[in-house]
Parts: sequence; structure tokens; C-alpha cells
Amino acid sequence: MPKKKTKKIKSKSKPKKEKKLKLGTFKETAREKLIGQHIGYRYDVNLLPDYKKITPFLKKYIEAMGWDDLNWLEDVHMGYEEDRPAVFCRNANGWVTIPKSIKLPNNQQDRDMIARELLVKFQMSPKHPLVDLKKAYLKF
Amino acid sequence: MGNLKTTEKKSKAQSMGMHTEVLTGRTQQKFFNPDEAENFYYFGTYDVDFNKRTDLDVLNMSAPEANKEIDNLMSQGYGTIVIKNPQGKHSLGVGILNKLNLIFEGSLGYFGMGSCDGPIVRINGRVGWSCAENLMAGKVVIEKNAGSCFGAAIRGGDLICKGSVGARTGIDMKGGTIIIGGDAGAFTGFMMQRGRIIILGDVGINLGDSMYDGTIFVGGEIGSYGSDAVDSELTSSDQDWLRRKLKVAEIGENFDLSKMKKIVAGKKLWNYDNLEPTEKKGAI
Repeated sequence: MPKKKTKKIKSKSKPKKEKKLKLGTFKETAREKLIGQHIGYRYDVNLLPDYKKITPFLKKYIEAMGWDDLNWLEDVHMGYEEDRPAVFCRNANGWVTIPKSIKLPNNQQDRDMIARELLVKFQMSPKHPLVDLKKAYLKF
Repeated sequence: MGNLKTTEKKSKAQSMGMHTEVLTGRTQQKFFNPDEAENFYYFGTYDVDFNKRTDLDVLNMSAPEANKEIDNLMSQGYGTIVIKNPQGKHSLGVGILNKLNLIFEGSLGYFGMGSCDGPIVRINGRVGWSCAENLMAGKVVIEKNAGSCFGAAIRGGDLICKGSVGARTGIDMKGGTIIIGGDAGAFTGFMMQRGRIIILGDVGINLGDSMYDGTIFVGGEIGSYGSDAVDSELTSSDQDWLRRKLKVAEIGENFDLSKMKKIVAGKKLWNYDNLEPTEKKGAI
């Protein structure tokens, strides 16, 4: 019996595989093991700031605003976006990545202070995305 | 012109790509220099002086008129404004995105000081529902009691009520600190996602119901815990922070902080979709 030739049908477009971190290939938290999936962010959102680590810029900012402490900046932490250190800007609703030139200390409290300083500088910059929106849509 | 046939069939929105455009994961690149000149204020805000003070009588003004006048006074450089005769008007002092020292001599109605970012406010009276809703930054102090939904969805800043507050305080809050000198009602910290609530007095039923994250400190009795709210250990760092915050709030000077209870999220509601059905049952 001659062998039948079977044509291979090439699929035109392969569905893209979702990039998922496989449990067991990294150090999971107890919670991740329990629910069997990777949890997004990698820092403690409830971490209280260590005021001994405050930077001179932040001191000046607090003074200028007339506040007693870091106020809203207590909730700002250094996070990670696409494997790069970044800080979340709630006004632009996006992550602001930290310039490569800035060397990050091996301590979350110090990193958080750097994140706070950079975020204030970004938000008060005339290059912030909201400046363009304000010019275009401000009503009063 | 090859696509003309196909584009004819599409609606205008479809031909513009609005139906196929991927909206998730887009990156907006804006370059700024971290070494730019020091600037502590948002672009386009007023340069005000705390030592420049004025009074504003709002007795015969509507809320929009009063709010516009506050804006006008800030544009003239006034950094301290005293509002006289607020008489429980709703929506007073909303949308202030400026450094400012604002004092209300009287009580406010609903939605007072909503959507503010930066001012220091003192209200020498009571406030109605949803005071300081969506507060982004700054400090708001209420000398007497507050209504329901106090500090709903705040994202930052310090919100202080020296008296007692109603139900659903800090509902959906995403940051900041709420400090209550008296008691708080039911569903305090309902669905909170981040931030901290301090209650020196008692709190009603379902405390921290469905909270995703954040911390609640309670000095008095708790009516009952809500779903996924659990006790946690009060650390020395927590006590140091509480001591500093109560000093900022000008309350609870002699309060024994070691007796405070700390409530956090059990995190059983996290990644809800992938939970086992039995675990879902436990979380609801």
C-alpha cells in the first residue's frame, strides 16, 4: 500500500501565549501558593514612612505647603513596572519609571523617599501630561 | 484605494480604528529632568501668602458664587481666608487645588471640601454627608461631628473629625489618613483599598467589610468585623506613627496607644476570580 501523503495545514495566525509566571520558578508568598497564581505588586502598600530618611527636598516641600508631615506622600512607594523601578502617578494614572542614572539604595524606606521626591518633581513639572489637558479643557 | 471597499462597510468609528485599538498596556512617554528648577506647586496654580488674610461673608451667596470668590481671592494672593456664615450650605470649598489656609466659622452641608488637593482647612462646626470626598492632599479638621460617608474615596491627606462620624466612613478610600476622636458608625472602612483610619472611640458593625488593603486602628469597642477584616499585631513603628498623627490632629494627647487594636485585610478577596469555590464561600 502506497503511503498517503498528508498535507500539513499551516495555521495562519497562532494565538499569542499569555506570559505568565509559573509557580515554582520563583519565590512565592504563602498567599500565592494558596491561590495558585502570581500576585502583581511587590511591595508593602501599608509600609509606614521612616521620617529619619526624609530628603532635604521633601522637607522644603512640606514647609512650603504648611503641612506637619509627608501628608499624601505617605502612600507613595517605589514599585516596579515592566521590570524597571517606577513610581505610580495618580494624576497621570500611569507609572513613571526612574531614570537609569539614579542608583537605588538597598532599602525600601530610602527607595520610597527617592520615589516621593521624583513624583513631586514630575507632578509639578510643566512637562506633566495634565498641563496639556488643562490648557485644552480648563473651563474656569 | 484597495481598502475602499472594506472601509465603506465600516462605520466611521470602525474605520478610525476605535474598535480594534488595544487600550490596555499603552505607555505614554513624557520626558522630564529630575534636576529641573525646584517647584512645589502645580503648573498654573496661584502663588499665595499665608500671612495675607481676608474674610468672606457668604450669607447671601450661593455655593458656586462662594467657591468662585474663594478662587478670586486666591488669584489676588490671599493665603488665609476666613469664611463667615456658611450656614450649612452644600458643596462649599470644593475643587481647591492650591496651597491655602481656609477657616469656616460655622457648619457645612453635604459634600463640603470635596475634590481638594493641598489646602489646610478648619471647620468650626459640623459637616454633612461626604465631607472631603476624593481629597487628594492637605489637611481638613472638623471641630464637631460629621455625617455619613466621611472621607469617601479619599486618595491622600489627613482628614480629622474631633467628634463622632456616621456610617461608611472611609468607604472606598485609596490612601490618606482619617482620624476620628469620637465614635464611628457601621461599615467603617467599607471596601477600602489603601490608607489608614484611626478611631479613638467605639465603632459600629461590619468594620472593614470587604477591605482589600489598608489599616484600621480602633481604641474602643468594635461592634463586629466585616468580611475579610482580621486582627493584626500592633508594632512599635505603628505606635510611633499613631503618636505623631494624633499630635498632628490635636487630639488624644493622653490616649494609651498600646491598647489600640489594629485591623487589616485578610486578603482572601484578592485574585477573587481564581479562588476555589470553597474559598469563595469563606470570603463572602
